[in-house]
Amino acid sequence: MPIPASVLTLAAGILLALVSLWVGQNINLMPVAAADDAATVDALFKVLLSIGVGLLLGITAMLVVALVHFRRRPGDHLDGPAVEGNLPLEIFWTAVPAIVILMLGVYSYDIYARMGGMADFNHHTSMPPPEVEQASLGNPADPETVIWGGIDRAEGMAFPVEVTAMQFAFIFHYPQQNFTTGELHLPLGQPVELQLKSNDVIHAFWVPEFRLKQDVIPGQPTVLSFTANRQGDYDIICAELCGPYHGGMRSKVVVEDSRSFEEWLIRNTPATVATAPDSSQTA
Amino acid sequence: MDVQHHTPWHEYFGFSLDHKVIGIQYLVTGFFFYLVGGTLAGMIRVELVTPLSDFMARDTYNQVLTLHGTIMIFLWIVPVVNGAFGNYLVPFYVGARDMAFPRLNAVAFWMLPPAGFLLLSSYFIGGAAQSGWTAYPPLSITTPAVGQMIWIMSVLLLGGSSIFGAVNFIATILKLRRPGLGLFQLPMFCWAMLGTSVLVVLATPVLAGALILLSMDIVAGTGFFNPALGGNAVVYQHLFWFYSHPAVYIMVLPAFGLVSEILPIHARKPLFGYRSMIYSILGIVFLGLIVWAHHMFTSGTPPWMRLFFTIATAIIAVPTGIKFFNWLATLWQGKLALNSALLFCCGFIFNFVFGGITGVALAQVPFDVHVHDTYFVVAHFHYIVFGGTVFVIFAAIYHWFPKMSGRLLNEHLGRLHCLLSFLGFNICFFPQHWLGLNGMPRRVAEYDPQFQLINQISSVGALLLAISTLPFLINVVWSAWKGAPAGDNPWRACTTEWLTSSPPPVENWLREAPLVTEPYDYGSVEDAMPVTTVRGRELWSAGR
Ligand code: HEM
Ligand SMILES: [Cu+2]
Ligand SMILES: [Cu+2]
Repeated sequence: MPIPASVLTLAAGILLALVSLWVGQNINLMPVAAADDAATVDALFKVLLSIGVGLLLGITAMLVVALVHFRRRPGDHLDGPAVEGNLPLEIFWTAVPAIVILMLGVYSYDIYARMGGMADFNHHTSMPPPEVEQASLGNPADPETVIWGGIDRAEGMAFPVEVTAMQFAFIFHYPQQNFTTGELHLPLGQPVELQLKSNDVIHAFWVPEFRLKQDVIPGQPTVLSFTANRQGDYDIICAELCGPYHGGMRSKVVVEDSRSFEEWLIRNTPATVATAPDSSQTA
Repeated sequence: MDVQHHTPWHEYFGFSLDHKVIGIQYLVTGFFFYLVGGTLAGMIRVELVTPLSDFMARDTYNQVLTLHGTIMIFLWIVPVVNGAFGNYLVPFYVGARDMAFPRLNAVAFWMLPPAGFLLLSSYFIGGAAQSGWTAYPPLSITTPAVGQMIWIMSVLLLGGSSIFGAVNFIATILKLRRPGLGLFQLPMFCWAMLGTSVLVVLATPVLAGALILLSMDIVAGTGFFNPALGGNAVVYQHLFWFYSHPAVYIMVLPAFGLVSEILPIHARKPLFGYRSMIYSILGIVFLGLIVWAHHMFTSGTPPWMRLFFTIATAIIAVPTGIKFFNWLATLWQGKLALNSALLFCCGFIFNFVFGGITGVALAQVPFDVHVHDTYFVVAHFHYIVFGGTVFVIFAAIYHWFPKMSGRLLNEHLGRLHCLLSFLGFNICFFPQHWLGLNGMPRRVAEYDPQFQLINQISSVGALLLAISTLPFLINVVWSAWKGAPAGDNPWRACTTEWLTSSPPPVENWLREAPLVTEPYDYGSVEDAMPVTTVRGRELWSAGR
């Protein structure tokens, strides 16, 4: 007895769902995750991968079946059936994708809001050196001190680092310790806030392991705040075409535990600032 | 066949007013630039075989990259899907003897070769533009001015040509329809061209405005987009993408239309869901105009904008999806002729669905923040533009070459071309998704050594793609000269371009224009034939 088509279709559907779920959960295409929200982004990606694999496999299977099963046999000059439409079917394949897509939208909005992407920047200004504050007094919307966008948890207590991009390097300034380096060091497990400025053209600050990227735009400071949660060295990559050496515009971020980080800060802090309060205390 | 009515060969090199000649002029010119752009792509892939920047100088690499993108978009895809097939087919479909404004049509075409050669010339006089096809300031203001200015002038010319063409299509479709032919009786390609032309007319002037302001920043020292002079660099991005997102639909909607013409004929079934196809075109046109900032999720755009553009972008996948389900339903239970035209269409469906899926993923901001400006995006849009639109262009050439030339193309070479293209394309671009996810940014001449193997695989795919054009070129040249005569209607089609000789006479039909009110009248239900309808199939079997 031949197996009824509906049973075959059902079995194929179940198989398809299982395969795509398995692929989404078990095939890892991302680099290691080293920031708090990276895992959430990866979870979103897994959902997208599952849906995508299911859809692609399903459509490919239909295409292949059509090509094999409905190919024109030699000598057959008849037409196929004159089917011009099928309203319930059309409503189905409009409604289901629409619902899936809206659900995806809500899901990723939720993730993005938790990352700090929906933060309100109207009252948030970067911390300019005092002279600049003087100059911009009475003009709170001075474009150089307004934050134009980015990702910000607005927690206010994050450890600040000023990042300056220029052709073709990133430079990092630690405002509280007042020193500048070419290598970014970040404390493990502690929220940080990068304040990004560019001196010339648009660059983009990207650390794949953090799953974070932010354009660095001349005249429009942006912020990026996050918490690194895995010790190690990672590449900082410029992602926006910025000139002939764009491909070589890279730097390093070192995530280290708070002890080594404090030591590193002290090692790099200029003697005048670092030792003055210290010596007065011991004296 | 009436010999007097044949087009003399020299007409193809002159200021012809015949829409069929102009269409073929667009096609051949576009294909020439495809070969140029393809050569540039080959140079990019050779540079990326090794992690070091060792094949060409770094600034040359950026020039090659910029020329490649600009040529492929503005001199190959847009002119061919709109100019070539639009001009060739739309007058047939509306039952007209030519376009509404034949002279404007010829002017629009003749803007193309000068613009193309102007663009190429910049490489030899001081170097081509180096800021990518997107030309973001301040980079485009600070790189050498001559190349960037020539780039702007060339793109302005091409945009102008595109607007002239669009005005002509709108007028032809709305005003030149044969009496008795209603809008909802038109072949789907006309609707696609109508929607596309509306996008061109609404969006292209915005690009022109942005480029004129940019050129003033470059030559006159104004500060519209130059932060050093108080300008705003991000505003340029808004203006640019206000055109350039619709531009992706300007490239793909006509291709959708072509697929809707080709599939029913080779599947011997009516186009499934005619009305819903039209509504989804209209939906895409509307939504296509309000999604542009999804290219700017990391540009410091305000949060509400990211929310709005995420939702709008994701929703556009719904009307797009409808079209694919309709095509699958058209194939289902058909009598599929597995010829080159149909196989290229199936390749298109696979590739485009793939690119659409990565597109929906890219619309999710948290994910896009990671992969924006990486090879993942490069892979996405090549799946759409190359795997999608270019595959359709080839399907269309296999389908309409017999009409244009009167001779059939060789099917063995055609299927070989299809197979090599499909393999080469997927080997070239599939691995690039992984590169982007794992940390390789786009537009770089050097990269981390861990990515070398995958880049080499991708370059092998590119080599295969280059090889795949050989059977095609041989086929076209050989068949145009020696191919088997096609006859008037080799595919037993219903639409009006097939109800005349191959190639058609100057006036398209020697008699009155046929009235086809059911362009997809295939299928084996024997219903009473309306008196006014000319059935292509029966005309064909009656030997016309
Ligand atoms: C299913 C529908 C689609 C969706 C949801 C979608 C979504 C997106 C998104 C969000 C981006 C920005 C990625 C980024 O830069 O981070 C993008 C880039 C791009 N898309 Fe799509 N897309 C779709 C279909 C198309 C179509 C039909 C085309 C062309 C025919 C296309 C061509 C492009 C191009 C050329 C880019 C890159 C432009 C550049 O940066 O140079 N996409 N797409
Ligand atoms: Cu850079
Ligand atoms: Cu877009």
